[in-house]
Amino acid sequence: MSSFKAAYHTLLAHWHMLTGYKLFWPVFMIAGLAFCVAVDTYGFMDLYLQLILIYVGINIILTVSLNLINGYMGEFSVGHAGFMAVGAYVASLLTVHSFPAGAQNMLFPLAILAGGLGAAFVGFLVAIPSFKTRGDYLAIVTLAFCMIVKSVLENIDAVGGPRGLLGMEKLTSLPWVFFWTALSVWVIRNLVYSNFRRGVLSIREDEIASDLMSVNTRQVKIIAFVVSSFFAGIAGGLFAHALQFINPRMFDILKSTDILIMVYLGGIASISGSIIGAVIYTILLEILRPLGVWRMVFMPLTLVLLMIYRPRGIMGMKEARLFTPLRDITTEKLWRQKKKEAPDASA
Amino acid sequence: MAYLFQQALNALQLGSIYALIALGYTMVYGILTMINFAHGDLFMVGAFFCFLLAVYLKLSFVPTLLFTILGVAMLGVVIERLAYKPLRNAPRVSAIITALGVGLFLENFTLALSPYPKHIPALIEHTTWTIGTVSISSLQILIIVLSLVLMLILDFIVQRTKAGMAMRAISWDKTIVPLMGVPVNKIISLTFAIGTGLGGAAGMMYGLAYPVIDPYMGIMVGWKAFISAVVGGIGNIRGAMIGGFILGAVEIMVAAFFPSTYRDFVAFTMLFILLIVRPYGILGKPHPQKV
Repeated sequence: MSSFKAAYHTLLAHWHMLTGYKLFWPVFMIAGLAFCVAVDTYGFMDLYLQLILIYVGINIILTVSLNLINGYMGEFSVGHAGFMAVGAYVASLLTVHSFPAGAQNMLFPLAILAGGLGAAFVGFLVAIPSFKTRGDYLAIVTLAFCMIVKSVLENIDAVGGPRGLLGMEKLTSLPWVFFWTALSVWVIRNLVYSNFRRGVLSIREDEIASDLMSVNTRQVKIIAFVVSSFFAGIAGGLFAHALQFINPRMFDILKSTDILIMVYLGGIASISGSIIGAVIYTILLEILRPLGVWRMVFMPLTLVLLMIYRPRGIMGMKEARLFTPLRDITTEKLWRQKKKEAPDASA
Repeated sequence: MAYLFQQALNALQLGSIYALIALGYTMVYGILTMINFAHGDLFMVGAFFCFLLAVYLKLSFVPTLLFTILGVAMLGVVIERLAYKPLRNAPRVSAIITALGVGLFLENFTLALSPYPKHIPALIEHTTWTIGTVSISSLQILIIVLSLVLMLILDFIVQRTKAGMAMRAISWDKTIVPLMGVPVNKIISLTFAIGTGLGGAAGMMYGLAYPVIDPYMGIMVGWKAFISAVVGGIGNIRGAMIGGFILGAVEIMVAAFFPSTYRDFVAFTMLFILLIVRPYGILGKPHPQKV
């Protein structure tokens, strides 16, 4: 046991040294993108494995963006699948009906972007009731929103109604998923370490107090909802073009629950936690596939046990050093040093 | 006119089922301020209990009803003890997620055991009376009367008995009441038993009225009942009854005069608007937050 622990600590030290280099992120990004492009062009990887990697990326986008509302802002939104549906339908309608057949690959990012913007607009509309309602009632509002999106889509015949929408080409490739995943993680990470963080965290801790401290709670909520739903829409667009088929039933409350499980498994208010949660959950579901229906019995059971024994998830409220700004690390180091020197002073 | 009357009767039938389920939501919310999202699935379990008792044990109507209520109530108490009790002092969100997880567990567990939709046999004799152009079936009468009786019993328990007084006291103030010697855990278990038992009864009636049952039937009906509870003012027992009948009426009328696919849309839009305009429901009281 102790040797295991020692090995872990040496590994951790190496990891911290590695991530400490200034060039770590650029090198990691370029290497990752090169790897994805290579896999996509030369195809030395199983298609099934590629698909799993694509789902991992999409789930990371969904989890990180939902964490902005549920983890950092402390509201409880269950409507994420609704935003995803909006993005998926907007992007698919563009690629199926509007774009010329020859230029699909070139215009694909535009379609995804349009899906994200559509979802962001809807997210803006959902942010408005969040000014007045909060807690359980906001959860119900977002849930009602999710159901409304689903039943509206079911009733519009132009988008296929309950039968769904077909005819997308398989445009979602590994490099694109990598790009959008990296972008969403980068944007949300920078957002939660910007000045915006103070507003969003103060809303989580006490909304009335933060209002009194002249935090513009409405603005903060709008930004959080718009950014979060924008990325959910992007994930939806990618999802639609990976699966090449969507119907309204895919985006019901079960999908939202899936994303919630990933958020709370990984840990609230933690970017690294969201990534870990999304990766573990997606891969675990694939590994457990031989169990058939029983896999869907164990998953909720895991969630319940998780909530009872570790309600904040794997990385709850903690952040890996990889995503923490340098000044936060040095501040903490200084604080620890001070505490060591004068332990009686309540720091 | 006769058409309207016929639809009103259907609305009464659907509304009484919604009201019975909504009571479970509202009772649990009143006492624990927690939304028991697994309640819709307990309703589904009720329908499946009824199926098991009626098909394999060949019981008649009354014992089936009693055992269904008893079985679902016991399941509700077990779920409360195992899943919700450890989280009583945890953040609210943990409890909500646990409830969602329990609901999913019940659905998928039932699905794993019985993958195909089941058909509930008719437990009572069907007679249909026709008055003019309006036809009334004995089942409709039974469902409406039975729900009303159950609601009256519940109202009596809550308003007139000692246990009911304890329930109301706990929902009034959770910190002082235990100091007065009220056994909080027992009362919470009792609340869960009554609430989920009513849900089980509703499941059985739903199964008799619309005989094909499947593991996912509880999701939509559960949400609808939840809307009823919120419309009436969640935590308010009489509000839940009124909300159930209102939602039943709205749904049946929408289905009667518009394409029936708009039913869910109208129901959820109603909830959405109500939450923005009057979030505490028809009979609920606003809770201003004190600083």
